[in-house]
Amino acid sequence: MLRVEVAKQLGEFSIEASFASEGRVTGLFGASGAGKTSLINMIAGLLRPDRGFIAIDGETLDDTGARVHIPAHRRRIGYVFQDARLFPHLDVRQNLDYGRRMNRLADDPAQRARVTDLLDIGGLLDRRPGQLSGGERQRVALGRALLAQPRLLLLDEPLGSLDEERKIEILPYLVRLRDEAGIPMVYVSHDAGEMRQLATQIVMLKRGRVIGFGGTEVLPPAPSPA
Amino acid sequence: MFELSPTEWTAIQLSLRVATVATLVATPLGIGVAWLLARRDFWGKSVLDAAIHLPLVLPPVVTGYLLLLAFGRRGLIGAWLADHLGIVFAFRWTGAALACGIMAFPLLVRPIRLSIEAVDRRLEQAAATLGAEPFRVFLTITLPLALPGVLAGMVLGFAKAIGEFGATITFVSNIPGETQTISSAIYSLIQTPDGDSAALRLVVVSIVIAMSALIASEWFARRALRRLHGN
Repeated sequence: MLRVEVAKQLGEFSIEASFASEGRVTGLFGASGAGKTSLINMIAGLLRPDRGFIAIDGETLDDTGARVHIPAHRRRIGYVFQDARLFPHLDVRQNLDYGRRMNRLADDPAQRARVTDLLDIGGLLDRRPGQLSGGERQRVALGRALLAQPRLLLLDEPLGSLDEERKIEILPYLVRLRDEAGIPMVYVSHDAGEMRQLATQIVMLKRGRVIGFGGTEVLPPAPSPA
Repeated sequence: MFELSPTEWTAIQLSLRVATVATLVATPLGIGVAWLLARRDFWGKSVLDAAIHLPLVLPPVVTGYLLLLAFGRRGLIGAWLADHLGIVFAFRWTGAALACGIMAFPLLVRPIRLSIEAVDRRLEQAAATLGAEPFRVFLTITLPLALPGVLAGMVLGFAKAIGEFGATITFVSNIPGETQTISSAIYSLIQTPDGDSAALRLVVVSIVIAMSALIASEWFARRALRRLHGN
């Protein structure tokens, strides 16, 4: 259960959003500039709300009233960025292993094999990020976040920088992830089609405010086939 | 013809030792200061920045004299260090290393600072979301990615340290075997009748050292750049 009730002023723009979600995949849906990324940056602990609180499974991550702010590195919240952000000086294997090392988790070859199989990245382990295609990079970023064993996974338009063909390549992996990894996710996108395929609950954002909440039926209707 | 006398050898060895020690001690300190200047905003930041650059703009003889006042046997810091820790800088090779380190410091810090500023902070954020605490983010992401700048800074610092003259001779004088570096040896030789050929030999040696340092740094920088671009 993820509970968010935050206010944040960013220059001219302000966010005032509250929602609670128990879905396997919570979709944050809205046009660009609706405040989606700022909102999940607050959930990740990369951005500090001016007012409000964020809690996950009853554990408070932010509570400005009580001056609580758990820093990002202690939240155990995975984050897949739109631009992957793989570490360029490390190969794929080291990128995948990074979270385990930083969290001082025991080496778990079985888990590693599960994740590399799920994402089909076993053949890329010795490559450098510079030698990967956009789709491969995004799959490695997913694997890297998963292997840190997060309790929540944030995905910020993970398909946003890919062309249509690559999107179709990655989407099935995301569906598999949702059905097999057992980690609740927050999925950010402005693409209603992606939302319909992945999200189990939708939070609609517009200019920093929540304007709709519910199942995929709150999404704008799909364009009828001409 | 190119036979180095024992005195010349001593000066060369001393120069290498002074410059190496100065660079190795100044580097971790320089990395820390560069990180502060690149990544933190704090009260007095511009004062710190100016203080570091001071040796670059002051006449070296002024820096050397200030060092003498502070670290000389009767200097405020020098007396304390001698009494409590038994560390003496005045007229010792360690004093030469201190003078060279301070003169080299701004040249060392600048490239490191620039390369830390160039590290994508979004990668540091990604590392944080993977559970890395700030110091480990620095060790595993920021520092490796800033490595070309660190090496460039070290080479520049080393080159400055090995060529340093004014502050060193003012602070620790020109004592053969203790504080007479290549530079001060050349200075003495030029003022000695018949010293020309010895001076020339040392000039050749300094050119060789400087060239080797530059070639080595170029080699390191190219390797580091390859790592950086991820292929």
